[in-house]
Amino acid sequence: MNYNWNWGIFFQPNPMGTGTYLDMLLSGLVLTLKTGALAWIIALITGSIVGVMRTLPSKGANWFGFAYVEFFRNMPLLVQLFLWFFVLPELLPKAAGTWLKQLPNAPFWTAAIGIGFFMSARVAVQLQAGIGSLPRGQKMAATALGLTTVQGYRYVLLPMAFRIILPPLTSEFLNTIKNTAVAITIGLLELTGQARSMQEFSFQVFEAFTAATVLYLLVNAVVVTAMRFLERWVAIPGYITGK
Amino acid sequence: MRHFRSIGLALAATFAVSQAGAQELTGTLKNIKDTGAITLGFRDSSIPFSYLDDNQKPIGFAMDICYKIVDAVKKELKLDKLEVKLNPVTSATRIPLMANGTIDLECGSTTNNAERQKQVAFTNTHYLTASRYVFKKSSGLKSIDDLKGKTVVSTAGTTNIKQLTEANVAKGLGANIIPAKDHAEAFLMVETDRAVAFVMDDVLLASLVAGSKSPDDYVISKDAFSKPEPYGIMLRKDDAPFKKVVDAATAALYTSGEGEKIYNKWFTQKIPPKGLNLNTPISPELKHEFAKPSDSPNPDDYK
Repeated sequence: MNYNWNWGIFFQPNPMGTGTYLDMLLSGLVLTLKTGALAWIIALITGSIVGVMRTLPSKGANWFGFAYVEFFRNMPLLVQLFLWFFVLPELLPKAAGTWLKQLPNAPFWTAAIGIGFFMSARVAVQLQAGIGSLPRGQKMAATALGLTTVQGYRYVLLPMAFRIILPPLTSEFLNTIKNTAVAITIGLLELTGQARSMQEFSFQVFEAFTAATVLYLLVNAVVVTAMRFLERWVAIPGYITGK
Repeated sequence: MRHFRSIGLALAATFAVSQAGAQELTGTLKNIKDTGAITLGFRDSSIPFSYLDDNQKPIGFAMDICYKIVDAVKKELKLDKLEVKLNPVTSATRIPLMANGTIDLECGSTTNNAERQKQVAFTNTHYLTASRYVFKKSSGLKSIDDLKGKTVVSTAGTTNIKQLTEANVAKGLGANIIPAKDHAEAFLMVETDRAVAFVMDDVLLASLVAGSKSPDDYVISKDAFSKPEPYGIMLRKDDAPFKKVVDAATAALYTSGEGEKIYNKWFTQKIPPKGLNLNTPISPELKHEFAKPSDSPNPDDYK
């Protein structure tokens, strides 16, 4: 290996004139966190709605949930973002397309919403499985108590199902954060994008990607710890997920 | 103290020995002699420097130069046969593959600058390019000032996006700069009106325009964001004997007039696979550089 290691590179000014190389990576990290957080909120809300629809007695709701999940789950994320960003505006009427293209921060919104929808399909499947794993009697008991379907879901089924799927949801959250790296293809300079820029400017490839790796690990460690606390906090003694 | 000195002496002695034996090969040359092969790194879409033709074989201006270097290495090592291995590289992989010894020369369109010379070495400059922008004729732009308040794209991590950012601040343009992943995607942004202009090395813009659906729709600006910057063939750092051979080979090629001949083959005539013609006659700066070859990373040295 004939490589000139230079760990001091992080403290040298970056050529964009925005501070040091480390500042460049940190600004990428902030963008990664923002994109990941917004995408996760979208994924959680949309995913929950679709997940519930897949367990409803209604045939129409079932079919919609099925189509939604298969649509978003079966296409690579990279392709989806490309479609939303480059192809969708061309399919719209010209004025709407132009409006969409000239939105400020278009790459950020496209990435957050695109990743959010992609992950929502996965959340929906998790939730469907969570609700499916509850004993049938739960639903019947809710009905027997005089609860409507909405009330049954709100007070009985969902609180149980979400507790059961909390651990797999943690890994979906981590995946959401990692998937933001794909946004580099539509020009969002998040952490991976900034590491690549740093590599192109300075040719210090390994330092740049080591730093990116460490930052991703740190973020994910924080998420995992926080989710463990959440699990403990919502646990109910005596249930499958409680101690 | 004495201890250190004796180590120093021992080192000096070792060094002297290896210097004394002029036949003794080191570094890349030794490796080439031992394996009987040299590996060239090529780009798959850096038209016309290094790209794939119809048969997925890398061709181009930089490839032609590299084959001349290979001939010189073969002669230097007095080999009857020298196998040429070809290895694809991207902007992300060229440094790791160079550092770990996978490739010996990178034949492409890599800008030679002072910052990169801390990591790798370059031989004599084979092209000079300035940063300009491409736009649709219909948008009616003329100068850099016309970019005021517009959305402008450039490729992430390039020297071009840096120059664009600097000009944006210096001239108070207030342009919205968006980075693209690669040149093709940046050009796509102009094609689909997501951005009005794409700032890049003029030669790459010329090839993107020539390869587009309707080349007549696009114009490359007269205004430049930079002085002409040098492209060089990349090799490993701190390998003086190999660099000497490579430098001698490229210098001989450029000063003999053959360099210009190869240049004309790729820049003023139809090139495979689609018969594009870049119509870019040799610039006075490059002509001057070919007469007096240099591996300087400083744009001021090329006038």
